[in-house]
Amino acid sequence: MPEHSYTSRQELDQYRFHPVVTVLAPLACILVQVEAPRLWPPLALLDLPLLAVIFFALSRRSPIAGTVTGTVIGLFQDGLTNHPFGIFGIAKGFIGYCAASIGFAIDAENPINRASMVFAFSLLQSVLLYTIQHWLLGDHSFPMMPLRQLIAAAANTAVALPLFYMLDRFRIRE
Amino acid sequence: MDSFFVRFKNPLVLIAIMVVQVVALALQVPHTSGDLPGAHADGRKVSLLRYWTVAIVSPFERATHGSGLGVRHLWSNYIALRHTHEENLELQQEIVRLRQEQESLAEDAAQGRRLQALLGFQQQYISATVAAQVIGTSGTDRSSMISIDKGYKDGLKSDQAVMTPDGVVGKVRDVWAHTAQVLLLNDATSGAGVVLSASRIRGIVRGTANGQLQIDNLTSDSRIKVGDQVVTSGGDQVFPRGLPVGAITSIAPDTQHQPYTLIAIKPYANLSRLDEVLVVTGMSNVMPLAAQKDAAQAEAAEQESQRAADLLADKLPSLPPSSTVPNSPEASQNNVGGVAGIPNSGLPRPKPPLHPDRYTPGAAPPASDLQPGAPKQPLTTNH
Repeated sequence: MPEHSYTSRQELDQYRFHPVVTVLAPLACILVQVEAPRLWPPLALLDLPLLAVIFFALSRRSPIAGTVTGTVIGLFQDGLTNHPFGIFGIAKGFIGYCAASIGFAIDAENPINRASMVFAFSLLQSVLLYTIQHWLLGDHSFPMMPLRQLIAAAANTAVALPLFYMLDRFRIRE
Repeated sequence: MDSFFVRFKNPLVLIAIMVVQVVALALQVPHTSGDLPGAHADGRKVSLLRYWTVAIVSPFERATHGSGLGVRHLWSNYIALRHTHEENLELQQEIVRLRQEQESLAEDAAQGRRLQALLGFQQQYISATVAAQVIGTSGTDRSSMISIDKGYKDGLKSDQAVMTPDGVVGKVRDVWAHTAQVLLLNDATSGAGVVLSASRIRGIVRGTANGQLQIDNLTSDSRIKVGDQVVTSGGDQVFPRGLPVGAITSIAPDTQHQPYTLIAIKPYANLSRLDEVLVVTGMSNVMPLAAQKDAAQAEAAEQESQRAADLLADKLPSLPPSSTVPNSPEASQNNVGGVAGIPNSGLPRPKPPLHPDRYTPGAAPPASDLQPGAPKQPLTTNH
């Protein structure tokens, strides 16, 4: 019987998901995100699709897979807004790449690490969206609103921990 | 060379995907510098992408909305009926009050319509609307859009006005068979032509990036006051004239664009909590039948109350009759101009002056008798 040997953290903690989970989990996040603000408008501060991007990128630990997942989810989100396609696509694609890359270096199972990363990536997304709107699209009326972004990042972090815990159950070790 | 691509495979893939999206973004941005990003209609390929997105999401939205509707129906029709009797009484009182208001406004409205007819003014009336349920949002606070459960099969088209009984909501952006996306008035790419109802000053109301409404193309004017009502002007060819938009909440100088002012507006419609909306699908120059009937009823009620007032006036004691009969020759001598047979239609004749001078009417000779260079004539009076 051959023995498994792991030579790096990437190999140790790399997971894959059933294709149904890969499709339905982000889709469910998008649908909840679309419906929730209708029931209570402040829920628009949350970004559940971003949490899905971070979770899958951290679990798969493949920068290419993280970039593609982030881009697809971001483009899907763009389709529901009045923005041109690509604003969320660029931001979430970049975050998917960063999350997968950072996932090599740290223990992504640790709740404190997870919370820190979700908080940091939420703020990074706000900065990226501001940069895209302000510099790429030339929309100088787009405000940064730092306090609002901090609140949104905190709210995302609070939701991410139980959500990640729930999604952990669907992981399959490679 | 191979080792370079293998070694930098991950960043190269990232760069390639980013570059493709940046180029795609650049192709979607309008070429005219004055337009706001996103304020233009999508190209055909972009519309297709949006169509796929909506086609995936809308069945789930409909299902969620349908199940939620069932629960709400059960709650509102069977469980939450505790205060219905009180509400019914309040509503009946409100109907009585509104009827009284309607009667008092009917005469003004009828007069307005007569004047508009005299001036050849083409009043536009809302002739057809489609009621729609809100089934979803854009899911982000950076874009104020909603999805509704009606599409082109229900008569909806792009750029049709959307409203609630409280006020304007926005306009239809994209339409599919059974669903449509509505761009709310408070989106950063949205706008409408408006009139401040008190001062009749025209402006353009726009949404801001943080979901507020403001007018930013007016200079400081003392006639603009906090609390003034803002209604649509009809000049944008989207929103019918006279629909309520909101009320002014603050007026502040625009520090970045002097001498303009920033006029913040609180919308009458609750744009963050919309359940049902009305899409204006038809406009007409003729008043709708129901409105005509209401106007006729109100006018009849007004005439009835006028007759009652006249009868009452006949029975009450009045002032003694004047010494001069209105249509007598004596009375007409005291008046200048006017219409024969109509008493007091002319101006009162002035009394003769006590100390006439050269400015007194009749003191100067007619202009036809004057000659250039002729000596000054002595003052003549009628006495």
